[in-house]
Amino acid sequence: MALRFEILGRFNRARAARLTLPHFVCQTPLFMPVGTQGTIKGLTTNQLEEIGCQIILGNTYHLALRPTSELIDELGGLHKFMNWPRALLTDSGGFQMVSLLHLADITEKGVTFQSPVDGKPMLLTPEESIQIQNRIGADIIMALDDVVKTTITGPRIEEAMYRTLRWIDRCIAAHKRPNEQNLFGIVQGGLDPVLRDVCVRHLVERNLPGYAIGGLAGGEDKDSFWRVVALCTALLPEDKPRYVMGVGYPLDIVVCSALGADMYDCVYPTRTARFGTALVPEGVLKLKHKAMAEDTRPIDPTCACMVCKNYTRAYIHCLVTKDAMGSQLLSYHNLYYMMQFPKGDVPEWVCNAMEVAGIKISSCCASFSSSPDLELEKDAPTKKFDDDEVAFDSN
Amino acid sequence: MERAGVFQLGNCPSIETPALLLSTRKGLPHFISPDLLPSLPLPDSSLLQVSPLHFLEGISSKTISSIGGLHKMLGLNDYGLVAVARDSIQCLPESSATNKLGASFETPCGRALIKPTEYMGMISSLRPNLWATLADEVPAWVSKKRNKISVDRTVKWLDECIALSPADGVAFGAIVGGSDVEERRRCAREIAKRNVSGQKTMLCIEWGSANSLKFEGVEVPLRCVFAGYWIGGFGFGESMDERPALLSVVTDSLPKEGPRLISGLGLPEEVLQGVAAGIDLFDSSYIYHLTIGGFALTFPLDTKTNTSDFKLTGMGTDHTKINLKATVYRHNTHHYLGFFQSIREAIKEGRFNQFQQMFVEKRRNHLAEVAVCA
Repeated sequence: MALRFEILGRFNRARAARLTLPHFVCQTPLFMPVGTQGTIKGLTTNQLEEIGCQIILGNTYHLALRPTSELIDELGGLHKFMNWPRALLTDSGGFQMVSLLHLADITEKGVTFQSPVDGKPMLLTPEESIQIQNRIGADIIMALDDVVKTTITGPRIEEAMYRTLRWIDRCIAAHKRPNEQNLFGIVQGGLDPVLRDVCVRHLVERNLPGYAIGGLAGGEDKDSFWRVVALCTALLPEDKPRYVMGVGYPLDIVVCSALGADMYDCVYPTRTARFGTALVPEGVLKLKHKAMAEDTRPIDPTCACMVCKNYTRAYIHCLVTKDAMGSQLLSYHNLYYMMQFPKGDVPEWVCNAMEVAGIKISSCCASFSSSPDLELEKDAPTKKFDDDEVAFDSN
Repeated sequence: MERAGVFQLGNCPSIETPALLLSTRKGLPHFISPDLLPSLPLPDSSLLQVSPLHFLEGISSKTISSIGGLHKMLGLNDYGLVAVARDSIQCLPESSATNKLGASFETPCGRALIKPTEYMGMISSLRPNLWATLADEVPAWVSKKRNKISVDRTVKWLDECIALSPADGVAFGAIVGGSDVEERRRCAREIAKRNVSGQKTMLCIEWGSANSLKFEGVEVPLRCVFAGYWIGGFGFGESMDERPALLSVVTDSLPKEGPRLISGLGLPEEVLQGVAAGIDLFDSSYIYHLTIGGFALTFPLDTKTNTSDFKLTGMGTDHTKINLKATVYRHNTHHYLGFFQSIREAIKEGRFNQFQQMFVEKRRNHLAEVAVCA
């Protein structure tokens, strides 16, 4: 185990903690932006530090294809390769195989897929995924799991859950750097509470450094979503970090944090930026909209980021979706927003209103926040994005 | 004759010339996010060239005015902003569609005919530190007659632009004339005759000649001197060999005091030709094109060893590689600013001719070697 997890404050099931990783001391709850190929599109690592990012997620699948894990290893690991001094997390590579490749086939041995390089069938085993991640050298590495769409029902869900459990032992056995890298197990089991329960209990027996709740954010309804999170967080040990994979809408993060989760990742903030959408306390702001052309206010007058301090909506409107700089500036703002809002700066009027409603929110502001005005997104579907599903939108 | 000097504009710090203006898209330098601009060498990187045509759609002049002009809109108060219609990247003059009413350009939002009044409307709302008057630029192969018309129009539009010029900001008179030495001279003389920038503030310039350097940067009141000159019509099909004569006839016809800005000379060899003729300010569309093509500049700046450009594999066609382009562009900008630094040093030390010769020769030899290997 190469981490320390200290809970600093609680409110009911929610907690704020200090997560000490080999490369950075993080404050949770936290959001991890996705740097698919060792870089967050449109932002430099200097900017990411400036914005307050603590952990960046790297995609094992992409990095293994290019520049290859061997080369990253040779160059001193991913931290050095991408010039990022803070913490990193790599996924197992399994999700991209399933989401990006139509011909992926999952057997007991591993995930078979067609190589995007030469079209030949290739096999990613749990052992290989860990070996690759050991070479990449992130602070947190993820076990290879058997991923199924959450909307699927029937015996496949059960099969996937038990296979994930069998694979975790192979992952643990293959892990060569347990004192430098933390292997997180992933809870599977679809929307079935019994399967989830079984999966959590078996994983907890392995005493892993941390646990992820997988198989969500795949288009399931929100009611099922929060119930699974609530069930898993209730069963997972208090003293280990809990990571809900693929969750990125501010409202979802607030709900999951209230239920006791600590870590999140999603391409949503940067991807939506590339399509011209800014995250603001009231929900979202579509900068492409004609009304923005004459709006001389900043994107969010309450935001202290470089973009909001310097640029008007009108100017961003003029750049957005046509010029790469529009994506760059909006990505900056959106990530800044994601880094700020879980810290909890609930406006006083919301606290007052909540108190009248009998909900004491002020006491939890220090640890996590319910960002006040998220109703615009309440109907947004839960969908785990893959950054490569949609082509880059400009130039 | 090559010359070194000091140039100052608005709030922008003094810059030694010959100098490079950074190309921009909608006012912001390509690829590099504005908060990272200070990572480029300062003050060398604090002059930006902006094309008013980038704002033909997406934002109205009225909105730009109500934001408070370019500096405010871009959040770049300490930068010198120079407005020139043509950007040499996406907005290029289309002489066949230009007529007596205005100049035509190919732009990302289609072909646009810009009349002097419209152009000055844009200048008035953008309020750059410096702007070039509207020109009718023609390629090298047009007829003598068409070339003559382009000079007449450019001179006429200069008068119209100046009549409409806003209170702040400085005008640079546009000089054209294609690849005809006589027309180049006629245009330069016509423009030099007009002393427009009158009471406008700016410019502390004391030009030092190649051999006797004066570098004090004394404030010169520019009451009766034209503020400066923008030289257009280059990079439009003229040959490398005929260019020195065309450049010299222009600079010889201009008073020494005014700074000279040129568009369309990009390659290091072309920049050296410009410097040799006494040009002070250059655009940087060359490093933009290099970066888009996947090239990083690697020629040594001391000219003692071989010079070459280095191709980064796997970058040319992948437009999602915004970070890579930003990194390479930053490197290229850095490198080219360094090239200008070497030019200035060579001028100050009185060895510019030698520098130019050696540089051109080394690069030619190197390229020949590469060609043989390939």
